[in-house]
Amino acid sequence: MLLIEDLRVSIDGREVLQGVSLEIKEGETFILFGPNGSGKTSLLMTLMGFANYTVTGGKITFRGHDITHAPIYERARLGIGMSFQRPPTIHGLKTRHLVSMCAHHRDQNVDVEAMARKVNFDQFLDRDINSGFSGGEIKRSELLQLMAQKPSLLLFDEPESGVDLENMALIGNTVRELLNGSQEPKPDKSMKELRADRTTSGLIITHTGYILDYIHADRGQVLHNGVLCCEANPRVILEHIGKFGYKECVRCLN
Amino acid sequence: MSELADKAQSPPPALPKFDASKYAFSGKAAGIADIRSLSTEDKERLLMSGVDLDLVGRSGSYLQVDDKSVHCDTCDPNVEILDITEALRRYDGLPDYFWNAVKRDQDDFTRMADQEVLQGGYFMRVKAGMKITEPVQSCLFIKGEAVAQNVHNIIVVEEDAELHVITGCATAHNEQSALHLGISEFYVKKGGKLTFTMIHNWGEKVMVRPRTVGIVEEDGEFQSNYVLLKPVESVQSYPSIHLNGPRAVARFNSVIVAPTGSLVDTGNRIFLNAPETRGEIISRTITTGGKIIARGHIIGSHVPAKGHLECKGLILGNGIIHAIPELEGTVSGVELSHEAAVGKIAQEEIEYLMARGLDEDEATSTIVRGFLNVEIMGLPEKLRQTIDKTIQESEKDMF
Repeated sequence: MLLIEDLRVSIDGREVLQGVSLEIKEGETFILFGPNGSGKTSLLMTLMGFANYTVTGGKITFRGHDITHAPIYERARLGIGMSFQRPPTIHGLKTRHLVSMCAHHRDQNVDVEAMARKVNFDQFLDRDINSGFSGGEIKRSELLQLMAQKPSLLLFDEPESGVDLENMALIGNTVRELLNGSQEPKPDKSMKELRADRTTSGLIITHTGYILDYIHADRGQVLHNGVLCCEANPRVILEHIGKFGYKECVRCLN
Repeated sequence: MSELADKAQSPPPALPKFDASKYAFSGKAAGIADIRSLSTEDKERLLMSGVDLDLVGRSGSYLQVDDKSVHCDTCDPNVEILDITEALRRYDGLPDYFWNAVKRDQDDFTRMADQEVLQGGYFMRVKAGMKITEPVQSCLFIKGEAVAQNVHNIIVVEEDAELHVITGCATAHNEQSALHLGISEFYVKKGGKLTFTMIHNWGEKVMVRPRTVGIVEEDGEFQSNYVLLKPVESVQSYPSIHLNGPRAVARFNSVIVAPTGSLVDTGNRIFLNAPETRGEIISRTITTGGKIIARGHIIGSHVPAKGHLECKGLILGNGIIHAIPELEGTVSGVELSHEAAVGKIAQEEIEYLMARGLDEDEATSTIVRGFLNVEIMGLPEKLRQTIDKTIQESEKDMF
C-alpha cells in the first residue's frame, strides 16, 4: 500500500526527517509514537504533500505510484485521506457542501445527512466549515469528511487531542469503522472473511494511546529526532513509554 | 446629521473629472416602445441583472429603456407602481418624498440630477399592513450610445408593510458609453420592512453616480443587497440610511468584483439616530486588476445602539483595495465595532481542500465563492443561481 524509502524532508532548510523507511501493507494499521517535535506530524504532512515540506531525498510509493512529488489532490484521489489537527476555517463554505465535494471524486451520490447523523454532526451541516468548532467538533467534522472520501490509507494525527470521554468513544468507533468497514456480522460472510476483506490501512499518531482501545493496531514504532526506531506491538511500546519515557528509545538508536 | 458626516458625503478626490456634455440627457435615446421587442442578447443581459421579462415570480415590474418607461405594471393591488412623472402629477409633486431624504444640493451630481430633465424612475408604495411575498422588479436599461440616464426613484413602505425590490441596471453591451444618475429615496414607516437588491451590469465606459438615502422609522427594517460583478468605468456611491425610530434595523451586504479598468468607490452609511437601533454593514470585494475603495461609516448618537462593520477584500492579480471603515460615536455607551481585512487567499485553505481531492483551481474557486457568500442575501433561488453563474464566468479572470 505505502512504501517510504529513506525519506529526507526539510522545512525552511531545517531537516526534520533524516532517512525514514517504512512499509504499511494493505489492511494494516500502524501506530507512530514519539516525543513532541520528533517529526511525526511532518511525516504525515509530507505524505499528504504540503508545500512547506520539501523532500530532499528518498521516495514515497503509494499503491504502485511514485507520489514523492505529486500534488496534494492527486494523492487524495489515489486514496490518501488525512484528518487535520487544526484545520482552517473557510468562511461561506458550508460543511454540507464540503462533505459532498469529498465524495465527488468517487462519483457517488452520498447521503450527507445520514452520514452526519452517524458522527452526531447533522446539526453542524449548515455551519461554515470549522468556524468556531470545538476540539471534539473538529474531530467529528474531519471524520465525516473522511467517511465521504473513503480513503484507502487513513492518516490521523492524534485522534484524542481536545476530545472529551464521551466523544472519544464515538471517534474511536468511527475510526475503527473507517479502517475495518462495518463490524456487524453479515449472513453471507464469516467474521474471518470480513477481516480478510480489510483493505484500508492506517497511519495514526498517538501520545496517550486511548485510540488503541477502539482499533486493532498491527504494529508500532517510535520516531525520534527524525529517525524511526523500536518496532514492536503498539501496546508494548505504549506501556514502556508510560513507565520509562522515550529515554530507552534513544539508547536503541545509538 | 453631524458635521463630519456631512463632509464625508461629498465625492472623494480620487475620481476622474468628466465632461457631462459628452452625454445626451434626451433625444439620443434608442426609443424602444415595447420591452418584448428587445433582442435575445438584451434579454439575457437583463436576466443576469435579476430582471425576469416573463414577469414570473414577480408582484410587479417597472422597466425603463434609456429615457423612457416601457413597462409599468403591478399584479398585486396592494402595491402601487407608477412612473415618477405620473406620480408627481397625481400626488401634487410628492412633497413628503421627492427630494426629501436626498438633498438637491448634496453634491455636484445631485445638482446635475436636479437641473437636467427628469427622465423617469419609479414610485412604489405598499399599503399599510400588506406583506408582499413576491418581489417587485425594476430595470433601468441603457441601449443608446452616449446616453445620460437621469432617474429618480421613490419607495414608500407604509406601516407594518413588507416589500422586496429587485433592481437590475444594465447597458446593452460592454463597449457603449453612458452616464447613469440615479436618485433613490426610501421611506420605511413604523414596523415596515424593505429589502432592496440591486444588481449592476454596466460596461467599461459607463459612469455611475447613484445617490441613495433612506429613512427608517420605529421598528422598521431595511436590508440592502448590492452585487457588482461586471466591468464598469467608475461607480461612486454611498447609500445612507437614517434609523430614526427606536428598534429600527439596517443591514447592508455588498459583493463587488473589479476587473482591470474598473474604479469602484462605494460604501454604506448608517445613522443610529434612536435608542435600540442596530446597523450592520458587510462588504466582500475582489479585485482582479481594478481599484476598489470600500467604505463604511456608522454613526451612533443614541443609546443603547449597536453597529458592526465588516469589510473584507481579496486581491487576485494587480488591483488595489482601499478599505476605509469609519466608526463615529457621539455618546457614551454606544457599541460600534469593525473588522477589516485585505489580503490574498490563504495557502492553508487551498491545501486543505486539495487534501479532499479538489485540484488547485477548484479549491480556489470554492474559497472565492465562499468569500463572496451571496447566500447571506436570501435571494430567490433563480436569481441566486444566475449570480452564481456570473461569478463562475468571471472566475476566468481571477486565477
